[in-house]
Amino acid sequence: MFHDTALFHDAEQPEAMSTDEVDLEALPDDELVAQMHDDLYDGLAAEILEGTNILLERNWGADKVLNEALVEGMRIVGIDFRDGILFVPEVLLAANAMKGGMAILRPLLAETGAERMGTVVIGTVKGDIHDIGKNLVGMMLEGAGFEVVDLGINNPVEAYLEALEEHKPDILGMSALLTTTMPYMKVVIQALEEKGIRDDQIVLVGGAPLNEEFGKAVGADAYCRDAAVAAETAQALVLARRAAAATAS
Amino acid sequence: MLVLACGAIAREVLAVIELNGWTHVTVRCLPGKLHSTPAKIAPAVDAKLRELEGKYERVFVAYADCGTAGELDKVLDAHGVERLAGAHCYGFFAGNDAWLAMHDDEPATFYLTDFLARHFDSLVVKSLKLDLHPELKPQIFGNYKRLVYLAQTDDPALAERARKAADYLGVAFEQRRTGYGELLPSLQRFVDG
Repeated sequence: MFHDTALFHDAEQPEAMSTDEVDLEALPDDELVAQMHDDLYDGLAAEILEGTNILLERNWGADKVLNEALVEGMRIVGIDFRDGILFVPEVLLAANAMKGGMAILRPLLAETGAERMGTVVIGTVKGDIHDIGKNLVGMMLEGAGFEVVDLGINNPVEAYLEALEEHKPDILGMSALLTTTMPYMKVVIQALEEKGIRDDQIVLVGGAPLNEEFGKAVGADAYCRDAAVAAETAQALVLARRAAAATAS
Repeated sequence: MLVLACGAIAREVLAVIELNGWTHVTVRCLPGKLHSTPAKIAPAVDAKLRELEGKYERVFVAYADCGTAGELDKVLDAHGVERLAGAHCYGFFAGNDAWLAMHDDEPATFYLTDFLARHFDSLVVKSLKLDLHPELKPQIFGNYKRLVYLAQTDDPALAERARKAADYLGVAFEQRRTGYGELLPSLQRFVDG
């Protein structure tokens, strides 16, 4: 069902620009990164793969490539999606291009043994099978250094509780796209409260029909309006919680 | 009297009015494509109600919540105007309780009305650029298992379009004849005052 989404656009968007003329190898680092932002924006997967490999060959660390070329490029895409300049097809093409780059970087990042930012359990709530936004959030959270446990779609409260018990995450993320399913977030949070485990993790919520007011009403720690904001919020809240814990001890 | 309607149900609203001979009721419509951009609905309704303020003795808005998550109700409360009950057109055509039961039975359902069956190609396939990027289809529609065509009329051509839409999405097809559902009694109550 697409009724509750803002998937669609009225005007034809310009087709992806070809970068056939651009020799990525010949570009200095800063111009290459800027070109990769453009290529990500245009959903050019092959160019993102090539750019990622070039930066690695230039002895860029995998984390630097990830943050400066891919995550930053996707953040720009996210802003234009939020502002109604890009729409779901363009965002998916960009995300698919980013996934290609991340596939190269993931094993390299694992090799470095860098400490993860934390763990996130994420899933779309019961009755809702829409996962485009949730998948984008998962990708951006991974880019922000989180281990992401994706529960998929249509999750009853039991699935969340089981995953929290198993993974002991720093964050629980819930997504909904339908006005008829988003109230289920409250059901999950109430279950956490009843079990006395609400404060064991940060709770983030998101989805097209949600807003800040709704996030507060259901008792979430934050509402995240898009994937980039979700990643930034997750980082900020985890760091704040750790700082508070350190001060307390 | 004025009915300010979603363009996606304009035919049905006009049909109900004609059927009942309500010649004193004027219908104005907002673009049907707003159906696909819920965030634009409340501001568009607000602007139209302001534009028409004072021109009609009574006004009814033929929208449901339509994915506005309460934003439309805020606008309507400010104008003192009522709307169709329920979450969306699938609900008031199928009957809101019946639709909720249908959705509980299978959340992975894609719904079409007559309007959406008629415009599936432009509103779904082309708007989502699936004609240019068919590789995105699994990402966007991969979770759906069935398509339910909520038919307002007995139109074999539309039913065939809906069936082809289901084939395109690769899901099971069901057709349910809803007629005008709760649209008719809702408009009846408005006209009766």
